[in-house]
Amino acid sequence: MSEFMQLTFSGVFTGMLYALLALGFVVVVKGSGVINFSQGEVVVLGAFVVSWLLTDVGVPFWLGVPATVVVMMVVGAGIERFALRPLQNESMLALVMATIALGSIIRGLVPMIWGDGLRSIPNLIDQRRYEWFGISIPTITFWSAIMVLVLLGAFGFFFSRSRLGLAMQAVSDDRVAAQSLGINIRLVNAVSWAMAGGIAALAGYVWGSLLGVDSRLVVLGALIFPVVILGGLESIVGAVIGGIVVGLVESFSAGYLNDDLGAGFSAVAPLIMLLLVLFVRPYGLFGRPEIERV
Amino acid sequence: METGRFHEKYAEEIAVYGTPYRRVWILAVLAVTFVVVPLVASPYWLVVLTLVGIAAVGATGLNVLVGYAGQISLGHAAFAAVGAYTSGLLVSRADAPFWVAIPTAMVAAGVFSLIFGLASLRVKGLYLAIATLAAQYIVQWILSSWTWITGGFQGIVIFEPIQVGPLDTTTPTGKYLLVFIALALVVMFVENLMRSRSGRAMIAVRDQDIAAAGSAVSPLRYKLLAFFISSAIAGLSGVLYGYNAGLVSTEVFTLALSVQYLAMILAGGLGSIPGSLLGAAFITMLPIWLRDLLPAVGIELSASVEVHLLTMLFGVAILLFLILEPRGLYGLFRNVKDYFRMWPFSY
Repeated sequence: MSEFMQLTFSGVFTGMLYALLALGFVVVVKGSGVINFSQGEVVVLGAFVVSWLLTDVGVPFWLGVPATVVVMMVVGAGIERFALRPLQNESMLALVMATIALGSIIRGLVPMIWGDGLRSIPNLIDQRRYEWFGISIPTITFWSAIMVLVLLGAFGFFFSRSRLGLAMQAVSDDRVAAQSLGINIRLVNAVSWAMAGGIAALAGYVWGSLLGVDSRLVVLGALIFPVVILGGLESIVGAVIGGIVVGLVESFSAGYLNDDLGAGFSAVAPLIMLLLVLFVRPYGLFGRPEIERV
Repeated sequence: METGRFHEKYAEEIAVYGTPYRRVWILAVLAVTFVVVPLVASPYWLVVLTLVGIAAVGATGLNVLVGYAGQISLGHAAFAAVGAYTSGLLVSRADAPFWVAIPTAMVAAGVFSLIFGLASLRVKGLYLAIATLAAQYIVQWILSSWTWITGGFQGIVIFEPIQVGPLDTTTPTGKYLLVFIALALVVMFVENLMRSRSGRAMIAVRDQDIAAAGSAVSPLRYKLLAFFISSAIAGLSGVLYGYNAGLVSTEVFTLALSVQYLAMILAGGLGSIPGSLLGAAFITMLPIWLRDLLPAVGIELSASVEVHLLTMLFGVAILLFLILEPRGLYGLFRNVKDYFRMWPFSY
């Protein structure tokens, strides 16, 4: 029983970190409707930038993390400006293909700049584990999950209340209609990619602290999809719920199934869940059911 | 002067030999491929051309899916792996002859891919890309952790060479012939597919799925068909890889290879067979050019940096062709050809 509780709690907390990965993806879908295959790679880039700033450059933490967020926002806006804007009147196929290409570019570029070795991020919080009632959670995971909750609340508020947030949703809903109402599509697209970059910087910091900074982090990019397919491609609440479910699936399969099905099953279990969700409910829990079946 | 080509009958639209010249051209290309090259090419060039041929098989297959049916697959390396392992294990464990093993491997790759196609193609949009990304990771995991399938260290499976008359895959010429016979069959199949009802149905679904459904063309059925054919051909390219290298291991069929296939068809030209071949040649030659040209300008790269540089360049190639010339190298070639055909009134 205690093992079950332990797996549940660590699944929920890790799930919040998956929600953080997925949030960057959701923001891009909300702002431009593009299925972004490069978010995982942008997160890796964020992790390398923050690790470089904090260790090699030696910037203090309170400056380094915000600086990374700014740098990655510029990177995100740059991606939009130079890779996606030239394609803005092309088909969705071209846009998605461009994000696949960007992923490949970043995957090659990062180890060329920083090498293949494992890097680390200095700890802000000491590496302990909180112990409550026999359940132990690493401190970094706990505080990251709290940060994610605050961030998700802020983004939820932004999208449902602010003028720009509503404009972004309008653009993803119907580009032409939004444009004819006077919404600046270029601005909206640039803002959504910049936000995705900023979120990726935070995700890179959190995941880099947890797992070490290394180009193998790109595997996280594949885990974004189970989260967003389950939650619904453009739902922030969905990203949280999807993240928690993926965290639980991963944690339980690591605890109970890895021995029977082979090592590393916990890493692909969310992907198998993704296929099941596509079969049963392709628009996810909180997506708009207007997705058309053909 | 030629002012254009005008078709009066439907049969002329779908003719393979659109002009009498084309018949001559095709015969000439076949003669050069199967007679001249094996006789005159050096072993080095035979090896390079074999690699190009293997890539061209995969790229032609992927082009059926991306170019004609308008869907993206990020799992073609995984389907190639399914083909390669099916064929390799059938021969090594069940003693099946190669002419049984290769078609079985293609069907296995196609049927396996349908799991992912059925999950995602029922929905409008590019969900196939997501499902096939999952396929890529799932297959890599199966290959590396289910050792009872792959049989041990790094999943290495040895391919018994084929030795039938002049077709002897222990020699470079034999490998070259095997690969190019397969390529010729694939090209012929895809060319004919596109002249048939099924091929035109795929294009109809890509361009206007609602109108296609209204004309009694089932979008799901033809997207699945395109995906099945495309994955089966990917399986064939995996088998050819195995016969060429003599063995397969788990680390060959990575996501990077899947992206490389996409780079080939985008660089060559979406929805065109000559484009697939040109793109396969371009992307396969890229590392060779890098190895020859960079030291010439005084840049020495270590092997690991070269791998990363190539990963980056494949992405750059996709992006540049998307933005600058969406019709790819074959489109560029057509532009040049049209310029000279219309010269001096090239407007």
